[in-house]
Amino acid sequence: MAREIGESGEAKSAKVKKHKRRKSKKEGKTRTVHANILYDHTKGLDNPNRHYANNKIKTTKYTLLSFLPKNLFEQFHRFANVYFVFIALLNFVPVVNAFQPELAIAPVIFILSVTAIKDLWEDYRRHRSDKEINHMDCLVYSRNEKKYLEKYWKEVRVGDFIRLRCNEILPADVLLLSSSDPDRLCHIETATLDGETNLKQRQVVRSFIDLDCEFDPLKYNSVIECEKPNNDLNRFRGYIIHCSGRRDGLYKDNLLLRGCTIRNTEEAVGIIIYAGHETKAMLNNNGPRYKRSKLERQMNVDVFWCVIILLVMCLFSAIGHGLWMFQYGDKRPVFDVLSPEGTDLSPVVSAIYLFLTMIIVFQILIPISLFVSIEIVKICQVYFIHQDAELYDEETDSHLQCRALNITEDLGQMQYIFSDKTGTLTENKMVFRRCTVAGVEYSHDANARRLAMYQEMDSEEEDCTSHGGTLPRRDSVASHQSGKVVLRSMSTKSHRRTGSRAEAKRASILSKHTAFSSPMEKDITPDPQLMDKVNECSSQMEFMRFHSQSIKQIPPDLCDIFDFFIALTICNTVVVSSPNQPRQKVRRYELKSPVKTIEDFIKRFTPSRLTSGSNSSSSSSLATNRSSHRVGSSMLSSAESTLTKLNEEKPPDHDLQHAFSPVPPNYDKTKALAKDECELRYEAESPDEAALVYAARAYKCSLVGRLPDQVTVELPHLGRLTFELLHTLGFDSTRKRMSVVVKHPLTDQITVYTKGADSVIMDLIRPVTDNVKGKRQRKILYKTQNYLNLYAADGLRTLCIAKKVLSKEEYASWLQHHLEAETAIQKREELLFESALRLETNLHLLGATGIEDRLQDGVPETIASLRKAGLQIWVLTGDKQETAINIAYACKLLDPEEEIITLNADSQEACAVLLENSLHYIQTKFLCNPPPDPQAAKHYSSFHFSSPVCSLASSAHTSPFLVHRLGLVIDGRTLAYALDKSLEDKFLAVARSCRSVLCCRSTPLQKSMVVKLVRNKLKVMTLAIGDGANDVSMIQVADVGVGISGQEGMQAVMASDFALPRFRYLQKLLLVHGHWCYSRLANMILYFFYKNAMFVALIFWYQFYCGFSGSAMVDQWYLIFFNLMFSAFPQLITGTLDKDVSADTLQELPQLYMNGQNSEEYKPYMFWMNMIDACYQSLICFFIPYFAYVDSDVDLFTWGTPITTLALFTILIHLGIETKTWTWINWVSIGFSISLFFTVALCYNASCPTCFSPSNAYWTMQRLLGDPMFYLLCVVTPMAALLPRYFYRACQGSLFPNPVQVGRQLDKLPADMRRLLLSQSRMKLGSLGSLFTPRALFFPLCSPFQKDYRPRMKPAHVSGNKQKEKAIASPIPSKTVEMWDTPLSSKTSGNHVILNIKTQDIAETCRPGSDCPLSGNLDCAMEASYTKDPPTSRTVLEATLSPVDLCQVRLLTSTPLLCQTESIQLVLPPSSCLLEQKVEDEDSSNQSPLLPKGGGDTQHNQEHSVKTTFL
Amino acid sequence: MMASSYSAKEEDGHHPGSAGLGDTAIRTRKPDNTAFKQQRLPAWQPILTAGTVLPAFFVIGLIFIPIGIGLYVTSNNIKEFEIDYTGTDMSSPCFNCSINHSWNNTTPCKCVLPFSLDQPFESNVFMYYGLSNFYQNHRRYVKSRDDSQLNGDEGSLKEPSKECEPYHTSEKKPIAPCGAIANSMFNDTLELYFIDPNGTRNQIPLTKKGIAWWTDKHVKFRNPGSNNPNLTAVFQDTAKPINWGKPVYELDTDLENNGFINEDFIVWMRTAALPTFRKLYRIIQKKNSMTPTLPRGNYTLEVTYIHFLNHLYSDYPVRSFDGRKRVILSTISWMGGKNPFLGIAYITVGLICFFLGVVLLFIHHKYGNRNNSSDIPN
Repeated sequence: MAREIGESGEAKSAKVKKHKRRKSKKEGKTRTVHANILYDHTKGLDNPNRHYANNKIKTTKYTLLSFLPKNLFEQFHRFANVYFVFIALLNFVPVVNAFQPELAIAPVIFILSVTAIKDLWEDYRRHRSDKEINHMDCLVYSRNEKKYLEKYWKEVRVGDFIRLRCNEILPADVLLLSSSDPDRLCHIETATLDGETNLKQRQVVRSFIDLDCEFDPLKYNSVIECEKPNNDLNRFRGYIIHCSGRRDGLYKDNLLLRGCTIRNTEEAVGIIIYAGHETKAMLNNNGPRYKRSKLERQMNVDVFWCVIILLVMCLFSAIGHGLWMFQYGDKRPVFDVLSPEGTDLSPVVSAIYLFLTMIIVFQILIPISLFVSIEIVKICQVYFIHQDAELYDEETDSHLQCRALNITEDLGQMQYIFSDKTGTLTENKMVFRRCTVAGVEYSHDANARRLAMYQEMDSEEEDCTSHGGTLPRRDSVASHQSGKVVLRSMSTKSHRRTGSRAEAKRASILSKHTAFSSPMEKDITPDPQLMDKVNECSSQMEFMRFHSQSIKQIPPDLCDIFDFFIALTICNTVVVSSPNQPRQKVRRYELKSPVKTIEDFIKRFTPSRLTSGSNSSSSSSLATNRSSHRVGSSMLSSAESTLTKLNEEKPPDHDLQHAFSPVPPNYDKTKALAKDECELRYEAESPDEAALVYAARAYKCSLVGRLPDQVTVELPHLGRLTFELLHTLGFDSTRKRMSVVVKHPLTDQITVYTKGADSVIMDLIRPVTDNVKGKRQRKILYKTQNYLNLYAADGLRTLCIAKKVLSKEEYASWLQHHLEAETAIQKREELLFESALRLETNLHLLGATGIEDRLQDGVPETIASLRKAGLQIWVLTGDKQETAINIAYACKLLDPEEEIITLNADSQEACAVLLENSLHYIQTKFLCNPPPDPQAAKHYSSFHFSSPVCSLASSAHTSPFLVHRLGLVIDGRTLAYALDKSLEDKFLAVARSCRSVLCCRSTPLQKSMVVKLVRNKLKVMTLAIGDGANDVSMIQVADVGVGISGQEGMQAVMASDFALPRFRYLQKLLLVHGHWCYSRLANMILYFFYKNAMFVALIFWYQFYCGFSGSAMVDQWYLIFFNLMFSAFPQLITGTLDKDVSADTLQELPQLYMNGQNSEEYKPYMFWMNMIDACYQSLICFFIPYFAYVDSDVDLFTWGTPITTLALFTILIHLGIETKTWTWINWVSIGFSISLFFTVALCYNASCPTCFSPSNAYWTMQRLLGDPMFYLLCVVTPMAALLPRYFYRACQGSLFPNPVQVGRQLDKLPADMRRLLLSQSRMKLGSLGSLFTPRALFFPLCSPFQKDYRPRMKPAHVSGNKQKEKAIASPIPSKTVEMWDTPLSSKTSGNHVILNIKTQDIAETCRPGSDCPLSGNLDCAMEASYTKDPPTSRTVLEATLSPVDLCQVRLLTSTPLLCQTESIQLVLPPSSCLLEQKVEDEDSSNQSPLLPKGGGDTQHNQEHSVKTTFL
Repeated sequence: MMASSYSAKEEDGHHPGSAGLGDTAIRTRKPDNTAFKQQRLPAWQPILTAGTVLPAFFVIGLIFIPIGIGLYVTSNNIKEFEIDYTGTDMSSPCFNCSINHSWNNTTPCKCVLPFSLDQPFESNVFMYYGLSNFYQNHRRYVKSRDDSQLNGDEGSLKEPSKECEPYHTSEKKPIAPCGAIANSMFNDTLELYFIDPNGTRNQIPLTKKGIAWWTDKHVKFRNPGSNNPNLTAVFQDTAKPINWGKPVYELDTDLENNGFINEDFIVWMRTAALPTFRKLYRIIQKKNSMTPTLPRGNYTLEVTYIHFLNHLYSDYPVRSFDGRKRVILSTISWMGGKNPFLGIAYITVGLICFFLGVVLLFIHHKYGNRNNSSDIPN
């Protein structure tokens, strides 16, 4: 349905604009909302809200009346339609008409009405869903009845009071006035808006917070002033004016948006501010970007050419006619009919008329049905993509969605892929792996083992579930977004955090309510060592508590451990709920610690948390304070006064006993509950948070409750501790951290716990002093940093945990600023940001955690095969460099044998230098500068194919961008510099020559800028894939945007053109469906051009024999319906179903994808080739009948009908030659076409003896069918016409088959033979890489990380260039040279030689005549041909190497820009290679060469070694 | 909001309520695993290589060449004789008629052309008149007729179609038959005489029935007035076409061949496809199996010109556009008149196929093994 909305987006926005315009006169810059009930009696005339849009939505484009004109108007936006209508209308002019006007207009009407019916249907569906939504119920207050009544959504108006119940969907944008929640909060889920699945708190408007009794709409008489409707979801400003004249600010926290769902709140009351189309949700619905595929753009060029050809033909005819007329002079022949008035037409006028006539006659050169056919084919393609069972994800019960219908073929032409990392490549399933506390690492080996076990279990269970009847998990990720949500039904919410079906099954049984938590994430096995320490720590604490000792006596490391877990537990926004009462807060104990006045003061001054409404301990001082914070102006002064009080007050004694909450009366009960603690559910904003909370729980430090003002933690020995939550400084991507300010119950200190990215936190650590403690600190810092690097190297996501203890004074002074910031009307966000920065300094490092984000299934394989397909893959991630690099290694984006260029610059100039150097480096390294020493030379030449390539690359300066085995890593800051106008070209030059590019720490905007840059500058086809809101901009910018559905909500999906459940499906989507869609459409379009040109040319040739009079021997019926009916079906079928290569082969030989990338199915010259072929064929089809009937008594249409028939046969057989796959449908369609033609012809020729002037082909076809000449013509002409093409195709298939043809040949082979060949080609793919495999062991350790220790510790790259140059000039060359002589490689080369000798031996033994043993037959045949082949019969060593090299050379020379190394494999392995393979089969006993496809994936190192042995 | 709720509908086939456990009857959205939906229909996948295409070429060649030879022989067996009587040449007997015959001369001009046949024509002989450079296929010309009128429609007789303009009305009377095609009807009269060896002229009987299509004569063309034998009465309010010397109801005396159903007229109305064409004029029926239809010997062709009324030229005016007029005598075979082209075409295509087959054989032999893995024995 979203699509529909989107489609009508334009219409809607126009409507909104109209509304706005109307209102703007009356409304000015703000909107004033009064309560409707005050005006109920005035019948709306004086209602100040009457100008606002009501809540009825209408997304339809048309009404019954406006449909026809409006739809026609829209259709005429397409130029082609205007053209066709123009031509049809031209027929109504008698002087120029060529056909019967009624007949000529038929196809146009047909085409238009097909489109109109489609539009009508879509509009009807929109109408129905609108109706459904408009008729949803909600409770609206009625003045007359004095209660809330059920009303339809569409009846709701701005200013109505509305009562919302739990799980209801908001009908409009509502200002929250009351909530049943004691804290006057209302939780909403905004998944439908921004895709975030966590709960968000909204609070009641401040002046209504302290209402104790239920909100009574009758008493409401305030006026709301707010912004005019806008589409910014995160902004709402305004104020409410009470009748007393007091004003209160309104913020986005007070606004509930349409489409959100109320959660966790029994009841809420609000007033409607924006309704219907003015709601923020509706305003955010922009229509989808109209994308035009590359193929279509190319096609349009050729359509333009067709127009030119048409005009030339018409002009030629017109001139010809003029001359023809002229030659008769004044003596008008009898057949030259005078004008109707009986006057002579001068040749010139005649020619002009004829020009127009010819346009009509030749109009089908621009195929009217082309556009419709393309649309039909695309819809069918989309259908098939939808239906692909391999793109169906059982776990989420979702399959691929094509949201954009018109760019399917673009999928086959992609050149660059831009991928998000988290959630796209990885599962976004965070598992706590390891941590380090106070410089001690706890490796959690058991946990790692457990995780490994999960993986095994998955695969096992997957096996048994696959045949044991699956139990698909019916989780309802999308149910919240459902338009037909069953109101107030219990929402069983569970997220897709599961890795496999088995797990999903388990999860669905165990915890169907759990958010972010599969058992894998929840059940963390604690590290015994750390567990001991925790126990020790807590027992000491307990001991001290009993002995009233200060907590400070605990040794610092234990203290750190304690704090570490406290921080893990409370420094987050995790909400606890229990599954029995879904989404209800756990409120087992409503305890308040005895509050001292001063804290109370502080508390009251902390508006970020909300005062409990049930708080009965209100004193007079409180009252004054409260009133003071209502009035913003008096705020400061009163704040100051309290602060001075604060300062005067002596800090209270740290009485430990005191800090503990008194054991509540129901303590036992809670304990009992705590036993089945696993029942507690944690709902976190991000999976990382949940992972940490679960980790802490594993150490018995569990979060049991969170209220706005307090967090309760249960500790092993200490029981429940309640922390007073003073502030929560939420996470934002600029600060990259979050903090909580709490009052520590044990120490009573005000403590700040901060959790954030290590790079930020490390910079904020308190500078180390020089005493003993300082030394320890430094050591801890150093160690932690080491471990952090280690974690990053393991691909773990790292977080640092730190704390800070504030003195009362510090806190007071900070608080003052903070309060100012919070109450500021302008620049509030900025001020709050600064305030947070001020607090988060001088931290004390507690520890760090490493969270694993597992790769999704099949990611490395997918990336590998996409890369083989010639796609350049860039990963743009917000993660930090180390993590990103390691994930990149893990998913084989970066190969260990690749060199990595890392760009980290901290200024524009540095960046420029860096880029310059890298470019230089790349050029010197790869562009044929003579290598320094012979060994390296050998290495280079084998590394970089062969010298001809080099000379080519260096000579052709225009295309120096060969893709090298290089990886580029660039961080966000450098990226920002590199994206600058002055540097972007250089950046591209560098990035382009690298095989993989990794942009870390990039912002959403940067992501889209990178995509845009590559797209616009390199003129390549780009695909962006991502799952989160931060990928939306990039998805929108790319040519094709792909959203991963289900992980982070719907935002990416909503913006995307295709939505996939999993990343790995991208492989099939691109390699198979993309390829098919592209080749089908490209071939169909070419065929279309050919077909029409061929048909039109027939008539053109005839003009030479009819005095260029515009006469056509083809009956107008055939002429008009030829395209539309007779020849339409087979090409549609072929365009929909034809498979040039089977899906399996396409996936196994990703190289075939390059076919689409290079647009090889549809090159510009092919259009002209087709035109020439069409010309030839039409000549044959014209002149064979011509000579057969010349000087005979044949009449015009008895001669024209065979020509039509011939043309039809020729065109169909032509299609047959181009069809690669013949299913019964193809046969049927061709049969149908032919029989349709004859049926129509026979019926038409028998129907009416007097109609259809001028042809009046009465009985013509019947007579022809009795004429042997007709059949003779029908046999010989198509043959003669198609001979050249058929011959050409055969030659091409034999002499220079393109890769796709090779793929087709592979298809034909029996399965085992195919596998053999494929595995062999894979081996060869690996061969280049495996030469350098040994490097893998050393390389990753040396380059990316070593360097990164430095910037972390020293905040900036002080020494500019030197360091960078060092970074660039990583010691690879020398290293590789060394590696060359490692035992392994030398062994392989030895192997090589031996192998070759063997080959030779077999070749010898297999001489014809001698008996070949075993597989000898094959080998012999192979060998025979192989030895005959002159180029390969050199010395043995050369012979085995040369085919590969030769292929490379050939490919490189032909397409220098796209020579990924793998492209060599496009040539079927020559027989010699096959032989070689056979030999190896016998030779290598240890490993089976027929590696199943995914065989060695998980342990890619092993695979490498396997490859090595092959060579 | 609706945006998202809409989308959900598409994504989400089931509702929260149905998210139960162990519900075996759950409808998943898993696509059906049918061959069609998964695009796995059994298919024939021809691969065009020299090896696979080779037989086709040879087979085509082997089939076409004999057919071509057959056609060629058949065509050659057809006897055809053509005589041009345009009269452009001074020496031509028709020169005078074509040039000098003045339009007010009441006696029709006649010219006599002698010719001789070297070979006897055995079977039925078809006598054609042929015109060259006569663009009967001109667009405006082709259109200039009213099929309803010709079909005997009374209304159209009174009120001919607009398409007939400017040959629509004459002297305020509707023209019957209207239009340019009818107006320009060929009107030379041809007669054939056999000169006996003793010098007598025997007129050869020419059959004028059966020269038009049966359907034209009986369906398409009808006289108005529902079989009223008095055609004069039927056509009384109409004018004759401007160029005609006599009205349409005087074309023949035979009622079955008069008016619109006059076969000469019908033949003329079937507009020729190409500017050089012939139209069947008469048939010379074979008398008996013993004597040839046209024995070898001398003949004369007598052409009688009926002058075009409104024209400066009295004979059928082809000189103005460099046209030629011919008379053709021809026997026909099952494949129509004499035309060796089709036979030649078949032979040529067959030969080319054969040749290409050889080339492909060479290619296959030379290169076929290199890449054509489909030929690898299993």
